[in-house]
Amino acid sequence: MMLKKWLSILFSCLIFIGSARAQLVIEITSGADQLLPIAVVPFGYDGVDALPEDIAQIVEADLARSGLFQAIPRSNMLSMPTKESDVFYRDWRLLKSDYVVIGTVKKLPSNQYRIGFELLNVLSQKPVQKHSSIDVSANNFRDAAHYISDKVYELLTGTRGAFSTRILYVTAEGDKKAPLFKLQVADADGHRPQVVVESKEPILSPSWSMDGRKIAYVMFRNRRPNIFIQELATGKRQQIAQFRGLNGAPSWSPDGKKLALVLSKDNNPEIYTLEIATQKLERMTNHYAIDTEPSWEPDGKGIVFTSDRGGNPQIYRLDVNSKRVERVTFEGELNTRARMTPDGRYLVTVQKNNGNYHIALQDMKTGRVQVLTETYLDESPSIAPNGSMVMYATTYQGKGILGVVSVDGLVKYRLPSADGDVREPSWSPYFK
Amino acid sequence: MSVTKLGKFAVIGLSAAWIAGCSTTATDTDSSTVAEDATSTEQANETAAENSDQAFGAGQGDAMTSVIVEEDVATNDDNGMDSLAGVETVFYFDFDKSIVRPESREALAKHAEYLVSHPDARAVLEGHADERGTREYNMALGERRAKAISRYLTIQGVAASQIETVSFGEEVPVAFGHDSNAWQLNRRVEIRYE
Repeated sequence: MMLKKWLSILFSCLIFIGSARAQLVIEITSGADQLLPIAVVPFGYDGVDALPEDIAQIVEADLARSGLFQAIPRSNMLSMPTKESDVFYRDWRLLKSDYVVIGTVKKLPSNQYRIGFELLNVLSQKPVQKHSSIDVSANNFRDAAHYISDKVYELLTGTRGAFSTRILYVTAEGDKKAPLFKLQVADADGHRPQVVVESKEPILSPSWSMDGRKIAYVMFRNRRPNIFIQELATGKRQQIAQFRGLNGAPSWSPDGKKLALVLSKDNNPEIYTLEIATQKLERMTNHYAIDTEPSWEPDGKGIVFTSDRGGNPQIYRLDVNSKRVERVTFEGELNTRARMTPDGRYLVTVQKNNGNYHIALQDMKTGRVQVLTETYLDESPSIAPNGSMVMYATTYQGKGILGVVSVDGLVKYRLPSADGDVREPSWSPYFK
Repeated sequence: MSVTKLGKFAVIGLSAAWIAGCSTTATDTDSSTVAEDATSTEQANETAAENSDQAFGAGQGDAMTSVIVEEDVATNDDNGMDSLAGVETVFYFDFDKSIVRPESREALAKHAEYLVSHPDARAVLEGHADERGTREYNMALGERRAKAISRYLTIQGVAASQIETVSFGEEVPVAFGHDSNAWQLNRRVEIRYE
């Protein structure tokens, strides 16, 4: 069964080291104008022992966080059906709910749970998604819930959901003068954080491989920056760049074979590509200015990067074959750290205007630029694999936190940590 | 391995790496080396200090992977360091600039004098940026500042081989406010002797 395979691969990626206390908490700050009303009814359960998670609540939170749905509160529900034959559509029309999600949890003899769900259209009084089920262990209830959220989201918006994805981020905890740096991985909603690596020296620029199995990051060792590649499932780690000077900004090519990175071993910061299997290094830029923050275009033909060759830092595009460079951004005092949406349509940058650093979106077709955020000292944008949301680092009440904004700028929420600073988010690809 | 011994090995590794680094400038393509940490899951969680020993072992016989120096053991014996007593070791910069300020010159001249008269002394110039702007761009900016100090020293006769420039970007601030005072204190280059 395809679903089973998907889940087993996802879970096999999740053996990590240690576990973190400080979980990220979600605070929704603004949503879209037109919200789709949906009721997620508590799932039926005929067992006696308590369930590890409230599936319906997780699905409801996922959908609300997307900024596209408005959940009908449980306290307003006139009935709590668990199968379609028990649904009185009239009740839900009364509550102005367009859709209803219902489901059941059943304990299996194998210590697994079978989680069944249906999505119903209140107006047509027909199922959008007929009864479907997944079997999971107690540890994977959250995965099952995110899977259901992805299904519902895709059926109702036509866009693939990204609730089953994960995020990497760096925290700095403890004494500000000698913090402990932790590279962590968590669910996209901030739950289940795990420490990937920790160090008393700085960690930055985490980046996912396209299959979601490996990561690359910069970690200082003995007061010098190094680039590492690490396999998430095993913790197996490779040190791949340790040249004199800068070793920074690793970015995985879409085919997974190369890393783009920044080295200053030949005097000033230049973009290089490193073929991982052969360790062949190729210099891609040649300019006395700063060239940094490379990021591959989704088709792998180009690399966007930051350069101050024109005086101020702006985004340029490098053609990987010809190594020809052309300028891409023109609006704003400066633009840095570009990332492209998976469809190649939009470029997200950190833009400075009147001394303020915000996340900006440039339409690559029309050239139109829109500033998406109004928070303080925004940086490190990272785009969800479905292209719907941008996660970024910002400063709020003197602390580093993560913020999320939809690409249309309407939906915003925050992911602050209970203690310490959070920074350098990196949104995973889909786990295939 | 004793601590002093590790320090010595590391210095040898460093000089070899420097030579290797120079020899690559002529070509467009070269190969970097891989130090494969055969780490188990638990080992990946170790602290940086434990790491250094392991990386050194893995890189033995290969200069590029042994550029590891224990920061607290590599300090030179204080032969002549007395002449630098009280001399400023932190130099500040303007926003987004990497120009050595006039008030830095006197102290830098003393550092240059010391390095010229102690050809075995090695100085690491650690560049830093304030929190504004993106992290990797600030890494580049910190390096540019360290290089500005480096140029100032070499003009005064210090051998380039005595100086290493490293950038910490905005990762290691010394002031923690989000205002212009804190930012000024963080835009700096620190001289550290190894």
